Amino acid sequence: MTDDELIWRIAGGSGDGIDSTSQNFAKALMRSGLNVFTHRHYPSRIRGGHTYVEIRAADHDVQSRGDGYNFLLALGDSFARNPQDEAYYGDEEIKPLSENLDDLREGGIIVYDSGLLDSEDVPELEERAEENDWHVFDIDLRSIAKEHGREVMRNTAGVGVTAALLDIELEPFEDLMEEAMGGDILEQNIEVLHDAYELVQDEYEFEHDLRVPEGSTEEEQVLVSGSNGVAYGALDAGCRFIAGYPMTPWTDVFTIMSQNLPKFNGISEQVEDEIAAAALAVGASHAGVKSMSGSSGGGFALMSEPLGLAEMTETPIVLIEAMRAGPSTGMPTKPEQSDLEHILYTSQGDSNRVVFAPGNPAEAYEQTRMAFKIAYDYQIPAIVIIDQKLSGENRSVPKDFFDRQPDPDPGSVLTEEEIAEAAHDESGKFQRFLHDTEDGVSPRSLPGQKGGRYLATGNEHNLSGHISEDPENRVAQMDRRMQKFQSIRTELDEDHESQQSYHGPEDADYGLVVWGSQQGAVEESVDRLNDQGYSVKSIGVSDLMPYPKKEMTEFLESVDEAIVVEMNATAQFRGLTQKELGRFGDKLSSLLKYNGNPFEPWEIVEGFEAQIDGEGQTPGTNTRIEPAAGD
Amino acid sequence: MSAFNAIGEEREIDRDEYTPGIEPQPTWCPGCGDFGVLKALKQALPEVGRSPEETLLCTGIGCSGKLNSYLDSYGFHTIHGRSLPVARAANLANPGLEVIAAGGDGDGYGIGGNHFIHTARENHDMTYIVFNNEIFGLTKGQTSPTSPKGHKSKTQPSGSAKSPIRPLSLSLTAGSSYVARTAAVNPNQAKEILVEAMEHDGFAHVDFLTQCPTWNKDAKQYVPYIDIQESDDYEHDIHDRGAAANMAQEAEESLADGKVLTGRFYVDDDRPSYTEEKQAIGEMPDEPLAERYFDDDYDWESERSYDLLDRHA
Ligand SMILES: Cc1ncc(C[n+]2csc(CCOP(=O)(O)OP(=O)(O)O)c2C)c(N)n1
Ligand code: SF4
Repeated sequence: MTDDELIWRIAGGSGDGIDSTSQNFAKALMRSGLNVFTHRHYPSRIRGGHTYVEIRAADHDVQSRGDGYNFLLALGDSFARNPQDEAYYGDEEIKPLSENLDDLREGGIIVYDSGLLDSEDVPELEERAEENDWHVFDIDLRSIAKEHGREVMRNTAGVGVTAALLDIELEPFEDLMEEAMGGDILEQNIEVLHDAYELVQDEYEFEHDLRVPEGSTEEEQVLVSGSNGVAYGALDAGCRFIAGYPMTPWTDVFTIMSQNLPKFNGISEQVEDEIAAAALAVGASHAGVKSMSGSSGGGFALMSEPLGLAEMTETPIVLIEAMRAGPSTGMPTKPEQSDLEHILYTSQGDSNRVVFAPGNPAEAYEQTRMAFKIAYDYQIPAIVIIDQKLSGENRSVPKDFFDRQPDPDPGSVLTEEEIAEAAHDESGKFQRFLHDTEDGVSPRSLPGQKGGRYLATGNEHNLSGHISEDPENRVAQMDRRMQKFQSIRTELDEDHESQQSYHGPEDADYGLVVWGSQQGAVEESVDRLNDQGYSVKSIGVSDLMPYPKKEMTEFLESVDEAIVVEMNATAQFRGLTQKELGRFGDKLSSLLKYNGNPFEPWEIVEGFEAQIDGEGQTPGTNTRIEPAAGD
Repeated sequence: MSAFNAIGEEREIDRDEYTPGIEPQPTWCPGCGDFGVLKALKQALPEVGRSPEETLLCTGIGCSGKLNSYLDSYGFHTIHGRSLPVARAANLANPGLEVIAAGGDGDGYGIGGNHFIHTARENHDMTYIVFNNEIFGLTKGQTSPTSPKGHKSKTQPSGSAKSPIRPLSLSLTAGSSYVARTAAVNPNQAKEILVEAMEHDGFAHVDFLTQCPTWNKDAKQYVPYIDIQESDDYEHDIHDRGAAANMAQEAEESLADGKVLTGRFYVDDDRPSYTEEKQAIGEMPDEPLAERYFDDDYDWESERSYDLLDRHA
């Protein structure tokens, strides 16, 4: 636990403006030169219900939400009672205060809105505050808000109070407000902000020494979520068509794309269901547009058949799978990494797709671009996996990271001149599915092109696309489609920087293996473990299919033991690793968590100690260690 | 040089251009109504002036789905029930193409029923041909959504307790701007209707009665048929929705008694197509998207995510 960082948690009722307030708070800190990371916790309800957002800000790199937090701003849940007072959701009202105390660090600060919350309702608040050296400020934010504007501006008052207590200048907040609103609303908000700030400065004494760390990052940074990373990566990859159907958490990507595609002269379609969505992506791509679709667990299940169609017809598409806890509808607003096998193997027949799992928003951008490149160069569907956590968390990323040229290359499509030179069968049909190509990629034409007529079919087919059950043709076509895997793996290994993300000393004794959204928490625990005297490194695996056999073998050979950290109950990635490598059974154990919340670094640190040293306990009741098979 | 020179070129098009040089062995049974659709389509396409290169035929799965193998255009033999979403997107990606979707009654009114409703509602500029043989052909004669009530099959041994779907009424209600029924036994009317359907700006749905002599013992019901436009018994205004609804209902009810009414049921020439609607609200470019990737002059530089950064809420 470090104190050179601020972790600010704003809690309240879902729908109370927690999201927008926290977003601005994060941006303000980022603009002062700090690195920021945001974590969002919300219930599966539209309005009301306890929700919070945490913002971690530090001068050092922030990879995860961190352990616990040190500043609580508790607003009341204004939806806990509905306007008619007909429904009262039990103790919902007090939750923004009561639910958040367990994770508050020693010496932390609590600000709560005494206009809506009564601390008497929170058992043992006083005793706990004393025990933990918490500094508690009860401030009637609601009245301040009402006085200058409207009650909903309680969050602005809360920001003013925070700024006063932590000695932050108000200017960046004012700038952000000006960008977002105007007129009376802007003026009122600014008054509320100042009033709250001055009230605290004038009337309260404070003895705490928590301050905002000084930021030193000189580069201009932007706040980017995993969903933004994916969407921006797609846009820069030249994707101009999306079809989708809403499902949490995939909806984020879909929304960002829909809002921006018209500006890019592209098309977004919200359609009747996920089968249609994926089928539209296939149709648009068949006709020559770089296109995508996506969903979350259940919706992705519906895409299984069109996904197979894309494989068989060798139509490039990119699908996004934003995982949430399953099975079935599961927990719509909680992250899990349990759709891995579903994504790798769904759809009938031998799988024939590319799968990437970025570990943070910057990688989400990078790997979505790569997914399009591979999909269109190799005429194969590519899937990018994110999850509810990565989708919604925001991180500061240097702005210039995104300054890339758009990639309008439609991959292996021939021009009409090239088609004229290419192979045709006796009847004049273009041989779209030619076998004897070096990398397994056959030449492609687009409807409308002269001389390029062929039949695309989900049935097995011959060179020009006619349905065929000829055994020799079948084997040749299957082998060619599979050959693409080899070519893709070779290209990824040889022509690009590794998509895997390495952390920690190269010669470390122990390894942590992670994929997707848990990468940041793992990298942070690697640093802590090394500080504690262990010798640990980690690999964040992004290429899940084709699997990076060479890199993984090297990594696993270089360590004595490795723990796979993932958010599911059945150790799916560890299973994949053993299937792909066929060895290391006795070297690999698992640290698993599947209670709906992502790992916090301390859980990984303690899990490591418990497994490697045999000391200590499995951290909490929320994680499980699965020993190595050879143990 | 554009990748899409074929689009928009005017020339005489010969029927034979649509016949594959080496025709794959037909898998349709002798006497199958599907031959009638193929014939009508081969006659209609040149009349519309579309070359095989400008034509994209998307089919579903079933005997009907094989249509693609015998018509030499660009083709996409998709999956069961999903020809419409694939075709729709191809049309959005490249409105220069003549997009036709086709499939059986099981394909279109059963598994793909949801897509049918939504494609009609959106009024995509395309033609949809449903081979209605009142049976599942390819999977060997099970009851389909258009099989009459009481229809016996291996999967409905006691006779179906369900009333058949009403494709014409459903189509009209869902929003198709062109609704017609024709039959394989009348190639002339079939051709005329297909030409009209393809020339129509919007979603043109043709319920195409095709006999299945192999599995549907009642196949004879399609002979003789009555052309409502030719018959003196009907004065039907195809532009009047209400009249069309009544006519459709009559056609659907009388079909069970072996009285087969065919012809144009509804035509709405005024309703803008989905492409036009989308362009009007600024959500679809004027130029075909598919051409952009080949356009050396297109300014991709001005479309970069970099300019969006930090603008998000
Ligand atoms: C998802 C799925 N379910 C079932 C099938 C099997 N299947 C193939 S064709 C067909 C029925 C075809 O009937 P219809 O659409 O009426 O066409 P017809 O063969 O009569 O022309 C079925 C059920 C399939 N291919 N895919
Ligand atoms: S089974 Fe029926 S529909 Fe299929 S080819 Fe034979 S006659 Fe035609």
